[in-house]
Amino acid sequence: MGDEIILLDFWPSMFGMRVRLALAEKGLKYEYKEEDLRNKSPLLLEMNPVHKQIPVLIHNGKPICESLIIVQYIDEVWHDKSPLLPSDPYQRAQARFWADYVDKKLYGLGRKVWSTKGEEQETAKKEFIECLKLLEGELGEKPYFGGEKIGFVDVALVTFSCWFYAYESCGNFSIEAECPKLIAWTKRCKEKESVSSSLEDPHKVHGFVMGMRKRFGIE
Amino acid sequence: MADEIILLDFWPSMFGMRVRLALAEKGLKYEYKEEDLRNKSPLLLEMNPVHKKIPVLIHNGKPICESLIIVQYIDEVWHDKSPLLPSDPYQRAQARFWADYVDKKLYELGRKIWSTKGEEQETAKKEFIECLKLLEGELGDKPYFGGEKIGFVDVALVTFSCWFHAYESFGNFSIEAECPKLIAWTKRCMEKESVSSSLEDPHKVHGFVMGMKKKLGIE
Repeated sequence: MGDEIILLDFWPSMFGMRVRLALAEKGLKYEYKEEDLRNKSPLLLEMNPVHKQIPVLIHNGKPICESLIIVQYIDEVWHDKSPLLPSDPYQRAQARFWADYVDKKLYGLGRKVWSTKGEEQETAKKEFIECLKLLEGELGEKPYFGGEKIGFVDVALVTFSCWFYAYESCGNFSIEAECPKLIAWTKRCKEKESVSSSLEDPHKVHGFVMGMRKRFGIE
Repeated sequence: MADEIILLDFWPSMFGMRVRLALAEKGLKYEYKEEDLRNKSPLLLEMNPVHKKIPVLIHNGKPICESLIIVQYIDEVWHDKSPLLPSDPYQRAQARFWADYVDKKLYELGRKIWSTKGEEQETAKKEFIECLKLLEGELGDKPYFGGEKIGFVDVALVTFSCWFHAYESFGNFSIEAECPKLIAWTKRCMEKESVSSSLEDPHKVHGFVMGMKKKLGIE
């Protein structure tokens, strides 16, 4: 019996991209449904009544919400191929910690980088770079956060990389200049088909952010 | 070889209590170290350099941070006794979702209830009760969120119950009047030695919050 997998998503979402990447890593076929977040579908409201947010994975009719919870679910159900979480409980706890760190910090700071000006923007840029440097330190000399192969933290973080161009453009700074090892890691990840097919074009994301800035009246 | 377990904690923290509860459920002996959050120990700063927060579990010298990550770690390492997470991946995803919901909502709303006044406080009270009602709905007719035994969501949520008296007192409202089933659940949990020995006295918590209000200059 084939699995029926549906993904409710929104194309620029770095959170939705995490799920696309996990599904690609596992070689899974699924139906992608684009949501208009200003006009949410009855299906989305039914499947995620609590948060009404994407991504939502619907597996054989049953919804799973919150991107990192979805990625762990995918990893556990399809555990035979390309494991994303380590098998050792301590390593697993460390992977969850760093994915949680990405969740706590990067979206909020990135948003401030593209949507604020002056001192607020400068502070956000500074903290954003500090976070990336901390992550760079955690990567160390490993090819991926997961070691020799991409893992949970790689999935949690690499999807932000297609937003870097938009952040750099709006914030007038270079992420590569500050965090060359991290940018090298993003390029290494993108050599994988699963990653390059799951991330959006940075220029398309930049266009989306420009549209958002217009809509919010940000110069 | 015996395990060495140390818990860095702060007595009123509902997050620290989650770890105490998980350790109690597993029947584990550990050394409790009280932190003064205004004067953090070198050990805390060394073991949690990223967030510098409690709780931190130190297992055979290695730190694990973030309460829900610690609880999952404990559940995975000592998996033979009193499992907290379900064995089914879908049920596991649901448990993680609701524990994450508690994390996203309750602390901030609770904090607003005791530290604000007027309309801001009224809004926080209203949203807080809405969250508890949603959780009540998720509990349904089950004795515990985990079903017949306490589980991950019970551990994530029940530690807030010893703060309810403080919220009610400073917010001038009754949680039991609005959410009788949830209060019944907290009492059911408290019948367990592991829970009653891990939660703090609500009056002691109330005194702590009074002290915080004074220190922050809140009437």
